[in-house]
Amino acid sequence: MSSITDQKYAPGEHPDLPPPPGSIGVVGWLRHRLFSSVGNTILTIIAFFFLFKVGNAVVFWVFTGATFTGETQDACTQGGACWLVIGDRFHQFMYGLYPQEEYWRANIVFVLMVFAIAPLLFDKLPHRGKFLIFSALFPFAAFYLLSGGLGLETVDTANWGGMLLTLVLGITGIVASLPIGILLALGRRSNMPIVRTLCVCFIEFIRGVPLITILFMASNMLPLFLPEGVNFDKLLRALIGVALFSSAYMAEVIRGGLQAIPKGQYEGADAMGLSYWQSMRLIVLPQALRIVIPGIVNTFIGLYKDTTLVSIIGLFDLLGIAQVAVADVKWRGLAPETYAFIALLFFISCFSMSRYSLWLENKLHTGHKR
Amino acid sequence: MSNTNVQTSKKTDEVAIQLKGVNKWYGQFHVLKNINLTVGRGERIVICGPSGSGKSTMIRCINRLEEHQQGDIIVDNIELTGNLKNIEAIRREVGMCFQHFNLFPHLTVLENCTLAPIFVRKMPKKEAEEIAMHYLERVKIPEQADKFPGQLSGGQQQRVAIARSLCMNPRVMLFDEPTSALDPEMIAEVLDTMIELADTGMTMICVTHEMGFARKVADRVIFMDAGEIIEENEPEEFFNNPQSDRTKKFLSQILAH
Ligand SMILES: Nc1ncnc2c1ncn2[C@@H]1O[C@H](COP(=O)(O)OP(=O)(O)OP(=O)(O)O)[C@@H](O)[C@H]1O
Ligand SMILES: [Mg+2]
Repeated sequence: MSSITDQKYAPGEHPDLPPPPGSIGVVGWLRHRLFSSVGNTILTIIAFFFLFKVGNAVVFWVFTGATFTGETQDACTQGGACWLVIGDRFHQFMYGLYPQEEYWRANIVFVLMVFAIAPLLFDKLPHRGKFLIFSALFPFAAFYLLSGGLGLETVDTANWGGMLLTLVLGITGIVASLPIGILLALGRRSNMPIVRTLCVCFIEFIRGVPLITILFMASNMLPLFLPEGVNFDKLLRALIGVALFSSAYMAEVIRGGLQAIPKGQYEGADAMGLSYWQSMRLIVLPQALRIVIPGIVNTFIGLYKDTTLVSIIGLFDLLGIAQVAVADVKWRGLAPETYAFIALLFFISCFSMSRYSLWLENKLHTGHKR
Repeated sequence: MSNTNVQTSKKTDEVAIQLKGVNKWYGQFHVLKNINLTVGRGERIVICGPSGSGKSTMIRCINRLEEHQQGDIIVDNIELTGNLKNIEAIRREVGMCFQHFNLFPHLTVLENCTLAPIFVRKMPKKEAEEIAMHYLERVKIPEQADKFPGQLSGGQQQRVAIARSLCMNPRVMLFDEPTSALDPEMIAEVLDTMIELADTGMTMICVTHEMGFARKVADRVIFMDAGEIIEENEPEEFFNNPQSDRTKKFLSQILAH
C-alpha cells in the first residue's frame, strides 16, 4: 500500500491500468505465461519435450501403431495395441454370458432405459408426467425382458454379465440407495430413541465392514440361516448388498446436508402448520439435498465402481468378464488393451454423472446465500 | 409513518389466547415463571423487556415451537397438549413472523405464500395463488412474486413473511422482533404493514422495542423481566406512569437514545 504522499497523480485522475495479460493475443499470452524468463523458458521446453514423448507414445499405441483389422492375434505386428480382442469379445463385454440369440432383449432394455432415466434427470422434458409413469414401470419391464418367462425363454441371472450387469447393479444401487439413505438420515436425527438407535447401529455396522465382506456374507452365509429349500437369487443378494452398503454412506452424506439447514427453516415450516413429513419433503430435503449434490454424486460414482466387486461371488460384471477375456488362450498378453477399454467405459459413465451434477447445481442455484 | 391517526381498539370480550400459570425450564434454568395472560379477540399486545427475559420463549410457547412444562395454554378454545392434532390445528390458526424472516430460499415469493394453503389447507393451486397475490399487493410487493427471497431486501423479505402468514388466514398473528434485523427505512415499511394489519382487527402479539409502534397500535403493553410479567398497562399509562422500578429503568434505557 502506498501512502497518500507518494501518489503521482492528482486525485480523480489516476492512470488506467493495462488490460489483463490474457487479452493481448496468443503471442503475448505465450510470452507472458511460458517464456517470461530464461528459467521458465527452459522449464517450458523440458515440459513440452516430455509431453511430446508421452503423447507420441500414447498416440502410437492407441492409433498409429495399433491393429484394428484382422482375425487373430497374428495380425497384430505393428507394435501398438491389438484392438482385435475388443472386437472379438465385444458381445461378452456387453452382455456377459447372456445367450446370443436373446441379445435383442438386452438391447431393448438398453433403449428403454434411456427413456426411463431421462425424465428423472431433466425436469423440463415435455410430457414428463407420462414419462415418469414409464420410469416407474421400467424396472418390472426390464426384469421381465431380461429374465424371461411368460413366452420368453428364461435366462438365469447368473448368465447376465458385462455392461448389462454393471448397469443393472449400478442403477439399482443408485435408485435404491437415495431413498433408503434419506430415511436412514432422517431416522438418525429422529426424536424417537428406538428409531434413532436402529439407524445408528445399521449405518455404523455397514460402514465398518468392507463391501466384499457384505457381498460374501450375502452370498455364502445368508443361505445357512435361511430354511432349507428357500433359495435367494445370487444377483438379488448382490443387489441388496450393494444397495444397503451405499445407502449407509448416502445417509451420512445427507445427514451433513440436513445439519446445514438453519433451525429457522424448520421453525418456519412448523409455524405454518406443515406436518413433519410435509416439512421434510417440501422445505428441508430440497435444500439439504441441493447442498450435498457433490457428495451424493461422489457416492454414486463410488458405488458404480464398487459393483465390480461382485466378481468375488462369481458374477461376471464388466470387470469380471474382462478378467475372463484376459485369461483366454486365444488372446495372450492383451490385458492392457482389455483393461484400457473397460476403463474407457467406466470413465464415460462416471464422467457423465459428474458433469450432470455440475449442471444440476447450476440449474438449482436460486441466488440465495445464507 | 404514513398512518398517523391513533388506532381505535377492535378488542372484543371473546378470549383468543389464554395462558394460565405457565412455567418453563431449560434444564435447571427457570425461563418462564408463572405466566398468566389473557388476550381478547382483536386485541393488540406489545411485549417488551430486556434481552433474555423470556419474551421469545413465551410467544413461541403459544404455537408450541417451545414446550412448556406447567400450566395451560389455550388458543382459540383448543388446549395445547402433546397431542399432535391439537398442535397442528393451532398452528393453522396462528401465524408467526420471525426476526430473521425464515422464508424458504429455494421457493419463489409466490411459492412461499402458496405452500401452506395448498398443503395444509388443501386449497387448489389457482385459488391459493390468487389469495397470495392479494396479500402481496396488500404488503405492496406484488411485482416481486416470481423472485427468490435471496433477491429481495430485508424489509421486502419481512413483508413477504407477513403476507405468507396472512395467506393462511390466521386468527392470531405473533411477531418476534420483526424489525430488529432491519435498517431504519426498512423498519418503517414493515411497521406500516403491521399498522395496517392492526387496522383490520387482527389479534396480534408483538415482541418489539419499537415504542412508537406500541403507543400507536397497542391495546396493552406488557413488560417482562427474568421470566416474569412485571407490569401490564395501556400504552399511555405504561409509558407515562410506569409502576415498578424495573420498568422505569428499562424505559429510561430504551428511550434514552
Ligand atoms: N434452547 C435453549 N436452551 C437453553 N436456554 C435457552 C434456550 N433458548 C433460550 N434460552 C435462555 O432463555 C432465556 C430467555 O430467552 P428468550 O430468547 O426468550 O429471551 P428474549 O426475551 O426473547 O431475549 P431477546 O430480546 O434477546 O430476544 C435466555 O436467558 C436464554 O439464554
Ligand atoms: Mg427474542
